[in-house]
Amino acid sequence: MDDTIEITLTVNGETVTRRTSPRQHLVDFLRGELGLTGSHVGCEHGVCGACTIRLDGRAVRGCLTLAVQADGARVETIEGLTESSEISDLQRLFVERNAAQCGYCTPGMLLTAAELVAAGQAMPRAAIRDFMSGNYCRCTGYQAIIDAIEHVLEARFGAPAKEEG
Amino acid sequence: MSGKAGASSSNSTNPTNPIGQAIPRASVRRLVTGRGRYTDDMTFARMVHAVFVRSPFAHARILSIDTGEAARAPGVVRVVTGAEVAEVCKPFQVRHAGFPALKVTPQHVLAVDKASWQGEAVAAVVAESRAEAEDAAELVMIEWGELPAVADADAALAPDAPLVHQELGTNEALALTVDGGDVDGAFADADVVVEEEFRFARHTGVTLEPRCIIADYDPSTHALAVHQSHQAPHEMADVYARHLGFPGHNVRVVAPDVGGAFGLKLQPYADEIATCALSMLLGRPVKYTADRLESFVTDIHARGHHVKARMAVSADGDILGLEVDDVYGIGAYSQFPRTSVFEGVHVLRMSGVAYKHTNYRARVRVAYQNKALSGHYRGVGMPIANTVTERLVDMATTELGLDPVAFRRRNYVPSEAYPHTAPTGFSFEYMSLGECLDKLEELVDIPALRAERDSLRADGVYRGIGIATFTETTAISPEYYGKAEIRVAAQESCVVRLEPSGHVRCLIGMTDQGQGTATGIAQVVAATLGVPVDDVEVISGDSAATPYGAGAFASRGAAIGGEVALQASRALKENILAVAAAILQEEPAALDLSDGRIVAAAGGTARMELAEIADIGHFRQNILPPDVQPQFTVARHHVPRALPHLSGNGIQLSYLEVDPGLGAVKLLRHAVVHDCGTVINPLLVHEQIRGGAVQGIGSALYEESVYNNEGQMLNASLADYLVPMAAEIPDIEIADVITPTRSSELGAKGVGEAGVTGASPAILNAINDAIGPLGGRLAEIPATPERILRALGVV
Repeated sequence: MDDTIEITLTVNGETVTRRTSPRQHLVDFLRGELGLTGSHVGCEHGVCGACTIRLDGRAVRGCLTLAVQADGARVETIEGLTESSEISDLQRLFVERNAAQCGYCTPGMLLTAAELVAAGQAMPRAAIRDFMSGNYCRCTGYQAIIDAIEHVLEARFGAPAKEEG
Repeated sequence: MSGKAGASSSNSTNPTNPIGQAIPRASVRRLVTGRGRYTDDMTFARMVHAVFVRSPFAHARILSIDTGEAARAPGVVRVVTGAEVAEVCKPFQVRHAGFPALKVTPQHVLAVDKASWQGEAVAAVVAESRAEAEDAAELVMIEWGELPAVADADAALAPDAPLVHQELGTNEALALTVDGGDVDGAFADADVVVEEEFRFARHTGVTLEPRCIIADYDPSTHALAVHQSHQAPHEMADVYARHLGFPGHNVRVVAPDVGGAFGLKLQPYADEIATCALSMLLGRPVKYTADRLESFVTDIHARGHHVKARMAVSADGDILGLEVDDVYGIGAYSQFPRTSVFEGVHVLRMSGVAYKHTNYRARVRVAYQNKALSGHYRGVGMPIANTVTERLVDMATTELGLDPVAFRRRNYVPSEAYPHTAPTGFSFEYMSLGECLDKLEELVDIPALRAERDSLRADGVYRGIGIATFTETTAISPEYYGKAEIRVAAQESCVVRLEPSGHVRCLIGMTDQGQGTATGIAQVVAATLGVPVDDVEVISGDSAATPYGAGAFASRGAAIGGEVALQASRALKENILAVAAAILQEEPAALDLSDGRIVAAAGGTARMELAEIADIGHFRQNILPPDVQPQFTVARHHVPRALPHLSGNGIQLSYLEVDPGLGAVKLLRHAVVHDCGTVINPLLVHEQIRGGAVQGIGSALYEESVYNNEGQMLNASLADYLVPMAAEIPDIEIADVITPTRSSELGAKGVGEAGVTGASPAILNAINDAIGPLGGRLAEIPATPERILRALGVV
């Protein structure tokens, strides 16, 4: 009895074809089938953000996406973003600012921050905090993470317009 | 990079001394590139997956278990019940020599006969994949006989309460009392007595990485290798050996990267011991990873106190006496092996210790209840002691119309009184209470904040300022677990070795779950030896490869781990200089090590590269005099004996706004001044304080394990259990006061629990400051909107 389905997708620039169970989450597929363990599983219902990955250019929850939904899609993970150097400045600032303690939230946090950076504009600090609120961190209290992202946005796009009030 | 973290004061005046430098952690480079390696990332040949069938009831008899259908399900390798696992694994039972009256009963790794909390494991399914094991777990048919459950701690202590353990005859696990000075006289003499009834919700640690273990039993050598997300791998190796029947050296526990711990990953869990037992039954590697629901109902919880307390005060503002009465629930069993009583001990012994009053009476009653076990979450009872004390202080100042800053300064144990023994029985080497308050006044313009608060009140905006002094014990000595005859070490051990390249490896029992302890230890080694920090690698988290250490708990990493690294490095330096002296034909005292070179002790002229000494000492000993044996591997143990514990202290300030219509709280500012003694790395110290403060803010405003009267946890998902998110937390302002402990050469005192220990009283005081003008008064955390609206009489 084989209930698996064949899918073909691009993961970090490489085309992969695998058979997967229709119920398997994309993050479990990436971790278990492809050994891409940089994406983490925290809550398994889309709240904590530890499994955040990029699907066709948009940050999504790897635990709310089925692997079969990624058939034909382009998937990027922390391993791919590292290799392409797309977020090397974010990663460097996370190190310098100690914006990761246990590091479990960090890849998801960086994937979300990468979306913010990709938006291509400076942002006030409060708006960065709002944007990052879908990713939980239990260690840092967030400030170092916000510092690192704010610094990268400023370095890339200049200081944000003054907040009103 | 932002200057906020690195710009703080440090105790190092030498720019080349790594101690005091804000050095980033090298390991973060792995974490940001997805190269962290957590237990669940690992897989082994022939590895199978365990899933536990858990009790849906808080209290129920197991009438029958039918595993037949589950055993026939696809991929299933084995299904076992409690009785089967009991054949390879002894039940465990805590014992505390200091509390012989502690009532305990054996706990099985899988329940036998009855389950005592919702979530207790009663059977295990092992399958080729986790999904198949989960499928089959649903096919295990259990016939339950539901028993009356008792969830509330006060209800558990009522005379007619259902018993969690019939054989104990009571739900009261232990009662502790202290009675010092003349408490009745103090209250009789008082001009003002303030009194409050506090409720501290039960909550849990919520590590983002759930608990995870891979047990790999090799029957050919009768050896057990375990990879586990844990703070104390040496302790776990000892537990597994003793409870599963291994010689100690046949068990190895490795803790790789750990995704958050906070005390939650400090003890053995029944399901983790069961996973080891399953590997023994099968002779192959077995992995168990908790899912989030399991985490909520099986990870240790903490707090859950109901405290009645009162403070006697004179009209001119002297604290005359304090009385505290605490009831708290520890769940269905006293957590093995540490017991669950230290949370209560800290309420008993740490209440009011910042103040010089001498009259103190307290009682703590510890209740069994049909809930998940309570354990040693970050802060262990100290947030309760500090909140009770600091809330009463603010109530007294409000009642008397006194300045809360001046009142605290007046009542602090004065600097000249140390060493000081509080009426609680605990003693303190030194607490820099006044210095921290002075520093807070430099950091925050409190009069300006008051003026802003007062002017906004006229506009119907309700803001509040709360300050809270906090006191903590850190880096405990064998006076705790040693005296209790519990196999939890107070020591740390360290091997430092000079590699043939001239680089240095430090193998240490202390562990690091992201706090940065390993970096701090590398700094201590580098500073002591005289080598660059980048030339030092610290290896930890392996019970077989590193010398014995208790691991991370009670803010001991820098204080005890750092000290043993200092002692070992000093010994290695002497050995290196002895070899250098022989080569250079000098007295060892005429030489020193600096920046990886042998230099003249006087003047600092470079004489030789350390790498050259290492090369000679490893490969060309023929050029050395025949009586010179290079000793380039050195081991040291360090047990803190001078003091029972180190004394940390600080003060926090919260400034927040309450919406009296919605009951919502917006935290606007939060400041922490802390004294952790020697600051090895201000970047990491400050991030420990920030992270801790935000967990404390979480417990004050959001976090609660909500149970109904039947012992069902109602919010066991991350969608329902609230934790702080980035948007609701302000930047945390920090300043240091540095008073090194004299009990060690390094002088570090510990910082891991500081933030969490003082945040909730600051928040609660600020909320009361905000709602006081509206007639509101709140003594319950988390301060949810509903509770604030009730305090305001709105609902």
